[in-house]
Amino acid sequence: MLHNKTIAELSADLHAGEYSSEHLTRAFLARIEQFNPQLNALVTVTAEQALADARVADARLKAGTAGPLTGIPLVQKDIFCTKGVKTSCGSRMLDNFIAPYDATTVTKLKDAGMVMVGKSNMDEFAMGSSNETSFYGPVKNPWDTAAVPGGSSGGSAAAVAARLAPVATGTDTGGSIRQPAALCGITGIKPTYGRVSRYGMIAFASSLDQGGPMARTAEDCALVLGAMAGFDERDSTSVDMPVPDYRATLNDSIQGLKIGLPKEYFGEGLDAQVAQVIEDAIKQYRTLGAEVVEISLPNTQLAVPTYYVVAPAECSSNLSRFDGVRFGYRCENPHDLLDLYKRSRGEGFGPEVKRRIMIGTYALSAGYYDAYYIKAQQLRRLISDDFIQAFKQVDVIMGPTSPTVAFNIGEKVADPVTMYLSDIYTIAVNLAGLPGMSIPAGFVGKRPVGLQLIGNYFAEARLLNVAHKYQQATDWHDRVPEGF
Amino acid sequence: MALNKSDVEKIAHLARLEINEADIPLYANNLTNILSFVEQMSAIDTTGVEPMAHPLAASQRLRPDIVTETNQRELFQSIAPQVEAGLYLVPKVIE
Repeated sequence: MLHNKTIAELSADLHAGEYSSEHLTRAFLARIEQFNPQLNALVTVTAEQALADARVADARLKAGTAGPLTGIPLVQKDIFCTKGVKTSCGSRMLDNFIAPYDATTVTKLKDAGMVMVGKSNMDEFAMGSSNETSFYGPVKNPWDTAAVPGGSSGGSAAAVAARLAPVATGTDTGGSIRQPAALCGITGIKPTYGRVSRYGMIAFASSLDQGGPMARTAEDCALVLGAMAGFDERDSTSVDMPVPDYRATLNDSIQGLKIGLPKEYFGEGLDAQVAQVIEDAIKQYRTLGAEVVEISLPNTQLAVPTYYVVAPAECSSNLSRFDGVRFGYRCENPHDLLDLYKRSRGEGFGPEVKRRIMIGTYALSAGYYDAYYIKAQQLRRLISDDFIQAFKQVDVIMGPTSPTVAFNIGEKVADPVTMYLSDIYTIAVNLAGLPGMSIPAGFVGKRPVGLQLIGNYFAEARLLNVAHKYQQATDWHDRVPEGF
Repeated sequence: MALNKSDVEKIAHLARLEINEADIPLYANNLTNILSFVEQMSAIDTTGVEPMAHPLAASQRLRPDIVTETNQRELFQSIAPQVEAGLYLVPKVIE
């Protein structure tokens, strides 16, 4: 079955002329038509353009100018601007927004010959951990449609898990690639801050946001990250460093690899059955020759509170651009300019986005700035220093990606703080700017569990290598949700 | 700290957000819960800790001061709510 093949396998077939990209693209478009109505994973399907792009890819394959990603179907998270295609960011505010330009990530993957089949549903402006804040309604988890897929890149995760595409892009501000990857049983990597261009990726919290691939295997993530990463003069925080060949080091030995397990990631709040799955995964790594040591990240408990000052502060500033004047939603019959601003924003944004804008506005307002914003930035330093200390002792840090498996749709919507705590193990990584991954490690009942891998700055190649070795020894990443 | 109705109204005004009267109690409750949660931060002594604004100790890059973008006014205005003669229209600001 074509849809169960990895990118590496599909690419080999395309290059061998086993079938065309057009044939492959049609196969995935048919699956989208069949399964998307029940999952709500994609908000836009670009069938016509996809087939045109597939034919161009086929010409490249015939001409011998194709790369490893040429002709491979792809889903873009609807946070990435796509020229001429609606880019909603999961919001009523941008329900009418046709992006006038491509994000750098979109350009790079197009240049690599990838074929975009559609755009994925997401929490509104990437603010959420369950995909329930989307203007377009929640996404269902393919493993259990009563469950959330995680968020904010929940549509991307569900699409890959249900084999609607071999890979999707995601973005991660506090866990939005890793947590949905975990909850949907797929592989996702959030690179080091600055590794992937943020140009054309609609900003939520600019000092935390980072794009990355979500696929079935570490090898596929390596292929796609290689094409996404790199310096971009259009992003002022893009890092000017060469991009390694992430695939070349996948099979490096992990004999003697030092794995740190933060004791704070295995304490209160962690579901006992999830803990068991993670312990089994660590055992597997010991079998593969790794050494395991306990470490401490003493400021772990402060990560979520710190994040919920830093991220809303940045969001309240970033989202001030949505004013009903130049693009996006505008209210009916504004009676003056203030009314235009207030009602366009009040009607265009959903409740979670409004809450975060208000928290950020409050934290940055006169008299509170030092107590909230400066304080949070100081704690951010302490949280970041914990990791710097830890990486003096270990090569990679491991633990659960999420404290529980996917929760039920509706279960946490009434209590924002409870929802925020589902990102307790992922958020600190963004505050520090480090790379992190989630890989499938088992199940609790029908619902998948993700193992989180955290690396030192720019250690993406090492993380992918460590993940790949595990996937060579296990088959959790090959499991297919029933009915798909 | 508990936010009351007038606090929420003030913050919403600063953020230029219209909040329905009926929703204000719920926002007051949610925002109070979030602020009480982040209040944990004050338990930690951070005297002398340098605030961290950004994960990489990088300074803003400068580029040569030359024109790099072409004028795309028509394209950009094609997605605007209301334009006329190349201008974005808003309600009258000056009488």
